[in-house]
Amino acid sequence: MDFRKIEENFFKVLMIFSTLIIFASLFWILIIVAIKGIPAMNLAMITQAPKGGFYLGKEGGILNAIIGSLLVASGSTLLALILSLPIVLYINVYLTKKSRLAMFTRFSLDVLWGIPSIVYGAFGFSIMLFFGLRASLLGGIITVALLIIPIMSRAMDEVMQMVPIELISASYSLGANRLETALKVVARQALPGVLTAVLIAFGRGIGDAASVIFTAGYTDSISFSLFRPVATLPLAIFYQLGTPFPEVQARAHASSLILTIIIMLISIASRYLTKKFKSFVVK
Amino acid sequence: MGFKSHIQVRNLNVYYGKNHVLKNITVDIPDKKITVIIGPSGCGKTTLLKSFNRLIDLVDGVNATGEILVDGVNILDPKTEVVDVRKKMGLLSQKPYPLPMSIYDNIAYGPRIHGMRNKKELDKIVEHYLREASLWEEVKERLNEPASGLSVGQQQRLCLARGLAVEPEIILGDEPTSALDPASSQRIEQKFLELKNRYTIVVVTHILRQAKRLADYILFLYMGELIEHGPAQEIFENPNQELTREYIRGIIS
Repeated sequence: MDFRKIEENFFKVLMIFSTLIIFASLFWILIIVAIKGIPAMNLAMITQAPKGGFYLGKEGGILNAIIGSLLVASGSTLLALILSLPIVLYINVYLTKKSRLAMFTRFSLDVLWGIPSIVYGAFGFSIMLFFGLRASLLGGIITVALLIIPIMSRAMDEVMQMVPIELISASYSLGANRLETALKVVARQALPGVLTAVLIAFGRGIGDAASVIFTAGYTDSISFSLFRPVATLPLAIFYQLGTPFPEVQARAHASSLILTIIIMLISIASRYLTKKFKSFVVK
Repeated sequence: MGFKSHIQVRNLNVYYGKNHVLKNITVDIPDKKITVIIGPSGCGKTTLLKSFNRLIDLVDGVNATGEILVDGVNILDPKTEVVDVRKKMGLLSQKPYPLPMSIYDNIAYGPRIHGMRNKKELDKIVEHYLREASLWEEVKERLNEPASGLSVGQQQRLCLARGLAVEPEIILGDEPTSALDPASSQRIEQKFLELKNRYTIVVVTHILRQAKRLADYILFLYMGELIEHGPAQEIFENPNQELTREYIRGIIS
């Protein structure tokens, strides 16, 4: 065998190995979460609020945290979408490719993306102190929105940058203005990517503990009020794992399982929706 | 000049940054005829075409001086509403780009933007222009399917129908057959010949034989300069300029 062939095979094996590690990690995590979580899993976990306190309670469930997490994640995803869409449409349709402002916006978003979520939590908390607000659903929503805006915007931006200039020209040449082109053509062409971006951001938002620990707080009761604390799944896991009682720790694993299932469902939904809306995309 | 003209170009200079792409172009485009812009690649053909509906605005660092009068209005004047200019011209690009929506919505896009809301009227418009582009029979059963599912040749006819639905007076074609197979190309050429009695058509091509088949009037560009222009027969049979002669004989390309 000549050297080039050995070289080729060596790197091929290396690539396959790396790829396999991804599957292995996914399955490993799923199996561990399942093995540890299933014993403590029961219907009460997803249908009841905790009894006897989240820290010491061994009864009831974590419905408070499931609802809380869904509220925080949906609220912040919606808020982030309302802010991200204008940003990306502006830098992609209104500004030119070489625009300084567009470059600076992308740079800022990249920096914001890299800031750890605990810093967002601390930032949100100090803002809330300034305004004299308590930990609340609203505080959590705003802080998590800040955390996921860069993720959502940059993910959308990447797909919008791929929209061919000729497609934009086609819309202009029919007499459309920039707004019509942005909303009816660019956003529509990028729709599968926009959906993916929204769901990635949702997944990130629902799984983050550090940003909500000071801002959303925690409660044992089910709350829908914007101005009162809400429980969230990552924090439920955090508090339950921190107890000295094995029964409560097992409940933490059941909570992990629930969170993991929610995130998996989001990923599957994201795949499905992306595929569904891809048929209209022009190549 | 002895003919009426929608598009009159006066001392047009276009720069991309420091690049002087079009040099002092002055020409009248004749009405209700096919004008073909020929010349080697990089000579500014497409830039000239895209100046007519100000699509050059999208290029970074572009600067245009001089005048382009469309129906007497200087479209390079910053005060001119660019949407009104573009509405007067349908554009066919090198590769067809249907909009990311259904076949029906592609045609209805322009009329809707310009205020048409009546569903029945829209249905009529869509059918009328799809027939005009000889596409109706092929797509009438699947108007709500994505336009991206059509063949490239069908897509180009869709783009033609979409452009015509805005009721322009002028059709611009930027090498509109370059991505098409020979049969589809022929259909587009055939369409142009049918439409030229009602529309002013300007086509850019690098295919000389296509120019000969289509042109009533020829503009020959070389390195950003308008070397020669005139009725097609004259240019092809008896060009004044040596450069034109060489290009037509295929010595330069």
